[in-house]
Amino acid sequence: MSVFGEVPQAPPVAVFKLTADFREDSHPQKVNLGVGAYRTDDCQPWVLPVVKKVERLIVEDGSLNHEYLPILGLPEFRSAASKVALGDDNAAIQEGRVGAVQCLGGTGALRIGADFLRRWYNGVNNTATPVYVSAPTWENHNGVFTDAGFKEIRPYHYWDAAKRGLDLAGLLDDLEKAPEHSVFVLHACAHNPTGTDPTQEEWKTIAEIMKRRKLFAFFDSAYQGFASGDLDKDAWAIRFFVSEGFELFIAQSFSKNFGLYNERVGNLTVVAKDGESLTRTLSQMEKIVRTTWSNPPSQGARVVSRTLNSPELFAEWKGNVKTMADRVLLMRSQLRSKLEALGTPGTWDHITQQIGMFSFTGLNPKQVEYLIKEKHVYLMASGRINMCGLTTKNIDYIAQSIHEAVTKVQ
Amino acid sequence: MALLKSNKVIFCLGNISPSLGVLSTRNSSWWGGVQMGPPDPILGVTEAFKRDTNPKKMNLGVGAYRDDQGKPFVLSCVRKAESLIAAKQLDKEYLAIGGLGEFTKACAQLALGADSEVLKSGRSITVQTISGTGSLRIGGNFLARFHAGPHDVYLPKPSWGNHTPIFRDAGMQLKAYRYYDPSTCGFDFNGALGDISKIPEKSVILLHACAHNPTGVDPRPEQWKEIAQVVKKRNLLPFFDMAYQGFASGDIDRDAWAVRYFIEQGHNIVLSQSFAKNMGLYGERVGGFTVVCSDAEEAKRVESQIKILIRPIYSNPPVNGARIASTILNTPELYSVWLKEVDSMAKRIITMREQLVEGLKKHGSSHNWQHVIDQIGMFCFTGLKPEQVERLTKEFSVYMTKDGRISMAGVTSGNVGYLAEAIHAVTK
Repeated sequence: MSVFGEVPQAPPVAVFKLTADFREDSHPQKVNLGVGAYRTDDCQPWVLPVVKKVERLIVEDGSLNHEYLPILGLPEFRSAASKVALGDDNAAIQEGRVGAVQCLGGTGALRIGADFLRRWYNGVNNTATPVYVSAPTWENHNGVFTDAGFKEIRPYHYWDAAKRGLDLAGLLDDLEKAPEHSVFVLHACAHNPTGTDPTQEEWKTIAEIMKRRKLFAFFDSAYQGFASGDLDKDAWAIRFFVSEGFELFIAQSFSKNFGLYNERVGNLTVVAKDGESLTRTLSQMEKIVRTTWSNPPSQGARVVSRTLNSPELFAEWKGNVKTMADRVLLMRSQLRSKLEALGTPGTWDHITQQIGMFSFTGLNPKQVEYLIKEKHVYLMASGRINMCGLTTKNIDYIAQSIHEAVTKVQ
Repeated sequence: MALLKSNKVIFCLGNISPSLGVLSTRNSSWWGGVQMGPPDPILGVTEAFKRDTNPKKMNLGVGAYRDDQGKPFVLSCVRKAESLIAAKQLDKEYLAIGGLGEFTKACAQLALGADSEVLKSGRSITVQTISGTGSLRIGGNFLARFHAGPHDVYLPKPSWGNHTPIFRDAGMQLKAYRYYDPSTCGFDFNGALGDISKIPEKSVILLHACAHNPTGVDPRPEQWKEIAQVVKKRNLLPFFDMAYQGFASGDIDRDAWAVRYFIEQGHNIVLSQSFAKNMGLYGERVGGFTVVCSDAEEAKRVESQIKILIRPIYSNPPVNGARIASTILNTPELYSVWLKEVDSMAKRIITMREQLVEGLKKHGSSHNWQHVIDQIGMFCFTGLKPEQVERLTKEFSVYMTKDGRISMAGVTSGNVGYLAEAIHAVTK
């Protein structure tokens, strides 16, 4: 009798199942608008030119070896990454109260932050502290905080399906009603999956309430630079919160903005009230890291670190990022015009108002099913599409397919 | 108590310097209650070593291989693999949650043997993990969630320091079985069998496949056979930790013998593998976690659940190291170069063991140092007491952990003489 005889089959992770189904589909016009990875106008993955350059430098550098990194990661990477988020001249950095942990992607950064909070935040080992995630949110947020041990993961109002925009009133109400010290997972920019971000004025209101009600801000920053094409603009919300004196975490991912998806490059930036709290906090995070992966992988961090720490390479990188962001913006504008030209029922300005890789089209599950089954256009059941899957070659087919789905299926 | 004291300090300092009133804001930090974590004992040794200015200093703390010049060693098969990979201009798309397929397949084959019935029947699942630590953690998490037996992991006494916190954080409880005999600096076979025969049914028993860390003491094949019998009798789940395959004896099949024997005897084991040492891929974090199941259908179910565990930790694993390892394992010329290189690393260590004992004898040591030669792998449990270790560090700048463990990898033909002299000095 096997000890694992009773292990039930787990459902596949939806977004990866979608890609698997797409791969098996032999239809010549099939399109994958699922997984959030950038594609060129030829629908190919894109290794950033600056990354190719730096990887060559690394291979040619005979002084490098494969020794262990420190538990908290490559120091030059951590500090440079935090600077990207907060700005070179950030006062908190200068005051010595900003630190970081190199992690495995944005996921790893969220997890280390969550594990730390469960052990040390709001009284020790307080698993009852509510963690609020936006409705909807990246599906893995729930898993990360649940597996970290939090018992109460709650939604906060975010997406208003009727008006296809931010449900500000609902959001603010949830902030007012949340128990003090609750944790709020905030998307720094390019909200996943809706592509809908608060305006600067709205962020200010959010911050005011969070400060008054003593709520903890945990930023998820997976698209800095990728949203507007401008690193500083995309970091505005984070920097505002820091300037308002918040202690906070930022889970940074370099998967998208460096195209380093499979190297797992992430950084958990910690902004504390003072250097001493920071030191103690990092020492405890070290213990958490040690039992999770001991020390992080070096390749990706080396690439990012070399790039960020060289003025020339940094400038080249910013150019690469803008290239990606600009293509997405172009596809947004073209998709909207084509749908409007087709006279597709409904309003489509949300396509250009939304920002980043994803768009919450507003298509319902039946329409999504139609698109997948009849048109071989693969997208998430939520109606989320990855704008990067659109190209000048397939955009007409996609617009036409959406038009059909909306007119034929209610 | 500490908070009260600091309030008093703030009050006093506040009088002296108004700007220090900012200290009072510390109480409004979320992290006021966070205690300072203790320094890692092993890394602490390296820190102290770095600060020492003695030209003869030796770092026998951390277990990373060093060549005979005391330098980190990048295997030539690794460099070759890296060039081959660079030339392919591959993309950077996410790996599957379970990792690089060509790697996991080769990883399982390396451990179980190419002709393994388990592999032929497809009744095992191997996922790519973040080196050995990541593998153990995933294993622990999996057991905590799905193991039908007691959630107790029995570790040998002593074991790698990180085993305990890993399994604890994964949600398992820790217990121990006798293993090391300090009176012989060898294996406490009877003690081990005695303890294992009392372990409650269906508990998890962790076994070091080869090159036990920290003692370097491995059971002999006949002893492994008896252990396997008792483990079967008690219906225990064997969890093998194999971090040194190839690195122990120089022969990858020999080092995997215990793992393969258990499987042949019908144990459905779980196994953690690391490529940190045997391929020198430390910082690339290459490892595997394998579950041997009853059949392919069960393996699929188990795999699906392991993925669910991995996703909320790091989503999917890093590609670089796995590509290197996979290239080596799957390219015949590179594979044979690797076998030679791992053998040369193992042999260098064995030579250092022999030279150390020779040196001690030459200095006229009256102690029995046979265990230094009998022990295997990177580490040697010298049998030195804490006071002797302290003297070694203070008087001779020889750095090691307090338990008397030395990393043989830090010994070279250039410094083995000095080491013998130093050890003799503190033990005569």
